[in-house]
Amino acid sequence: MTITEELGRTYGYDDLAWLMGRMTGDEKHGPAATSTLDVVWVLYDRVLRGGPERIGDPGRDRFLLSKGHGPMAYYAVLAAKGFLPVEWLDGFGSYASPLGHHPDRTLIPGVEIGSGSLGHGLPLAVGTALGLRAQGLDDPAVWVLVGDAELDEGSNHEAIAFAGPAGLDRLHTVVVDNSSATHSRPGGIAARFEVAGWSTATVDGRDHEALYEAFTAPHPGRPHAVVARVEPKNP
Amino acid sequence: MDTMRDRFAPTLTRILDEDPRVAVVLAVIGADAFGEARRRHPGRVIDVGIREQLLIGAGAGLALTGMRPVVHTFASFLVERPFEQVKLDLGHQDAGAVLVSAAASYDWPAGGFTHMAPGDVALMDTLDGWTVHVPGHPDEAETLLRHAVAAGDDKVYVRLSTQSNTRALPVDGHGFLTVREGRRGVVVAVGTTLDAVLTATEHLDVTVLYATTVRPFDAESLRRATDSAGTDVVLVEPYLAGTSTPAASEALSDRPHRVLALGVGRRELRRYGTVEEHTAAHGLDPASLRERIGAFLGRRTAAA
Repeated sequence: MTITEELGRTYGYDDLAWLMGRMTGDEKHGPAATSTLDVVWVLYDRVLRGGPERIGDPGRDRFLLSKGHGPMAYYAVLAAKGFLPVEWLDGFGSYASPLGHHPDRTLIPGVEIGSGSLGHGLPLAVGTALGLRAQGLDDPAVWVLVGDAELDEGSNHEAIAFAGPAGLDRLHTVVVDNSSATHSRPGGIAARFEVAGWSTATVDGRDHEALYEAFTAPHPGRPHAVVARVEPKNP
Repeated sequence: MDTMRDRFAPTLTRILDEDPRVAVVLAVIGADAFGEARRRHPGRVIDVGIREQLLIGAGAGLALTGMRPVVHTFASFLVERPFEQVKLDLGHQDAGAVLVSAAASYDWPAGGFTHMAPGDVALMDTLDGWTVHVPGHPDEAETLLRHAVAAGDDKVYVRLSTQSNTRALPVDGHGFLTVREGRRGVVVAVGTTLDAVLTATEHLDVTVLYATTVRPFDAESLRRATDSAGTDVVLVEPYLAGTSTPAASEALSDRPHRVLALGVGRRELRRYGTVEEHTAAHGLDPASLRERIGAFLGRRTAAA
């Protein structure tokens, strides 16, 4: 599905490699960037309700990129979907560019949080879900993308443990699992969410249909976590 | 008399009734006092459990949806433990909140150093754009809490204590008040130190300024006071000694001046006991203040 048009051009999934190629200078975070590519694309292309015309609309869905390292895939998708001009990609990481090696919400239209330091997005997403609920905005969904290694941060466990019992059913976490966490998790990643009362699904993070099915699975009364497994960072 | 801390929940409960934008976020501490408020506003009184990183992050998330979060726990757990959340989830996200602390520098000496936060204001000073209120009386605390919540989306830190001066003054959430005028120096008394400072300086010919909003620092009032009282300045602060020295020095940067910074010492006492004993140990009781302020101003006279 390639819907968005910008200045007469329509960008699709096949354009993302080319868009990412316009950004250079972040070799260190390269693998981290491509691990999120399919997840971010499927969310923006088929799941999230909102767009460049709905920035600031209280009823929009929110996507919080917690794993701010290697945001090239994110920037490429935002450009493809018309949130930012494609030309911005060329300046990636330069002094004059709004696009840094970690994103800044105050510089980029439609970016909900600035991130880079690990373990901040999920607590912010919990607060966002609480804030929407307190205002009677029960429709918008809140999505947060974290990495499997990022889940090691204790702040995430505070958020996971709270969100389940609090019944934050508009909260969604997608964990991009490229096996980069330092110590193995007994029972796997999904188990951490399940014991805290979340609905979970674990899928192939490169399979667009499987991602879409997992993203849109019903989960009444419970927050929902999708573990998207991709090729290991260090095979 | 009730304490500033006692005043917090009743004041916020009224504010919750008045302003649908306000939410209170707690980490167990202080939650009991919000029972009635929670029944009336279940979505806007949130207790995240003993999770201080989430406390700040969730507060910031609420702000991102347009709400006005008031976030409360002991100063050690509000400012120090989740400091990176304060810096990033509020500052870097450009989100606002009212952080309200209790326990101050040593409100519970028998509890020991784990519950003392004399460095909180100094730590907040490393961040940009925070307003810091340090009330000296429960009535002032109520006024400043209301100022803090009403301050749009500003980032505001309100530091509550169980200590108090005997009388409240008409604080306005901005500048310093002139409590006494003299010609031989300026003493800035912050929050709960005012009574001791007034007693200590009874027989000294000094101007006493009372500061309950310490950030932004009221440089203009300090400069004006030094016009008639000279540029010997004593800062008396109920938190880490020297916290406001850079602000005072900057205010007087174009004038030769001296600053004596009094406050809570950096060295950990490793003592329990009472508030009074700790006040004396840090040299913040009237007798100690009189001696230290007198010596500082006296030396100046001798040198001149």
